[in-house]
Amino acid sequence: MISVIDLCYREDSLSREEFVTPVERLLRRSGREFNTRHYTAPDIEAADAAILCGTALMDTGFAERPDLFYWLLEFERPVLGISSGMRALATAFGAGVEPGCGIGMTEVEVLSPDPLFAGKERFSAYEVRGCAVGVPGGFVALAASKECVQAIRHRFLPLYGLLFHPEVRNDWLIERFLGLVDQRP
Amino acid sequence: MRLGVLFSGGKDSAFACWKAMQKEEVVCLITIVSRNPESYMFHTPNIRLAALQAESAGLPLLEMETEGEKETELLDLRGALLAARERFGIEGLVTGAILSVYQATRLQRVCYELGLWCFNPLWLADQDEYMEELLDAGFRVIITGVFASPFDGSWLGREIDRRTLDELRMIAREHRITLTGEGGEFETFVIDAPFFSRRVAIEEGSRVYRNHNGVFRIERAGLVAR
Repeated sequence: MISVIDLCYREDSLSREEFVTPVERLLRRSGREFNTRHYTAPDIEAADAAILCGTALMDTGFAERPDLFYWLLEFERPVLGISSGMRALATAFGAGVEPGCGIGMTEVEVLSPDPLFAGKERFSAYEVRGCAVGVPGGFVALAASKECVQAIRHRFLPLYGLLFHPEVRNDWLIERFLGLVDQRP
Repeated sequence: MRLGVLFSGGKDSAFACWKAMQKEEVVCLITIVSRNPESYMFHTPNIRLAALQAESAGLPLLEMETEGEKETELLDLRGALLAARERFGIEGLVTGAILSVYQATRLQRVCYELGLWCFNPLWLADQDEYMEELLDAGFRVIITGVFASPFDGSWLGREIDRRTLDELRMIAREHRITLTGEGGEFETFVIDAPFFSRRVAIEEGSRVYRNHNGVFRIERAGLVAR
C-alpha cells in the first residue's frame, strides 16, 4: 500500500485536484493500492512507500511545520517527494532552501547513476518552484538543471526527491519508483 | 480566499469556476478580449457573450482588451489581474488549463509576479471523466468553433449531449484529437451551468465554415428561465 501525502494548504482544498489527484490516477492505473492523507495527519504504519505531492507556488504552509515531517527520518521505506514534497523531505534531513523561482519546461541532466534514471542522460521536465532546495547531508544530487539541483536521493535508503513535477510529461519516473517499491523484499 | 476566474465562456473555464465555488469564494470573472484571431492564449469567437453568462452567474465581469500579440497579451493579462485585485480584492486566479504547459507556464508566471495564488482544478484531468462530470453536473455546452478534420459545418452550434459525446469519443479515437478540444480542435460556449440563475437562449446565430475550419457566431442571445 502506498501512502499519498497531500501537502496543500488544507485538507480537500481547491489545489488537491491539481497536485494530488494526478498522482492518485497514476497509482490507480498501475493497479496500486493507496490511501491519501493530509500532511497534518499522515497514516504511514501500514505503508510500503510514501509519495509526498506538490503544492501551489504560493502554498508554503507545510514548510512552517517541519516537525510534521520528522517521521521521514525513521521511515526507511521508499519515499518520493515531488516539488514541495522534495522540499519537505530535504528540510526534514537538514537541507537549506534558497529563493529561486522556476516555472515551465527545463532541461534536466542526470548526474549520478541510479535505477530511477537508468538509460536517461537528459530529459525535459516541468517545474513550478519558488525556491531551490539544498542537498542534505547523507544525500546525493542525482540530476540538475542549469539553475539548481532537480533530483536527490539518500545515500543508503530509497528516499527520493524530485523538484520538478514528474506527473507532467514524465510519469515514467513515478512508474519506475513504483517498480523499485515492488523489488523490495 | 477571494478568487477571480479567467473566463472565456467555454466549458473549461466555466467548469473550473464551478469547482472553485465548491471550495473558495469566487468574486469576479476576468475576460481577455483579443483582437487577434490567431491569439495563442485568449481568442474565442463569442467572448463578448461572457457578459451575459456573468449576469446569469451574478458575478461582476472584468473585461480587458488586448491586441493579442504573442507576448504583450501577457502584459494585458497582468493589467487585468491588477485591476481585479484592486477592485475585487482577489488573492488568486482560477484557470481552466488542462494540458497546455505553454498556457499554464505563462499564467503561473504572471500570478507569481503579482503574489497571487494560481489554481488549475482541471490540470491533467482524465478527459473522459471530465466530460462525464461536466454533463452530470448539469452544464449545457454547445460547439462554437471547429478547427480540425473531420469536423464539418454540421457540428457548429451543436449541443454536447450524451449522444454527441459518444460521437466525439469515436472521433477522438480515430483521428487522434483530444476529447475535450484541448488541442484547439474545437471551441465551446456554455449556455447553462449549475451556478447560472437563468440559461442563455440563442436567438440568432451565423455559421462560417470552410475546410474543417468554422465558427458559430452568436449574433443575438438573452437570458431566459429554465
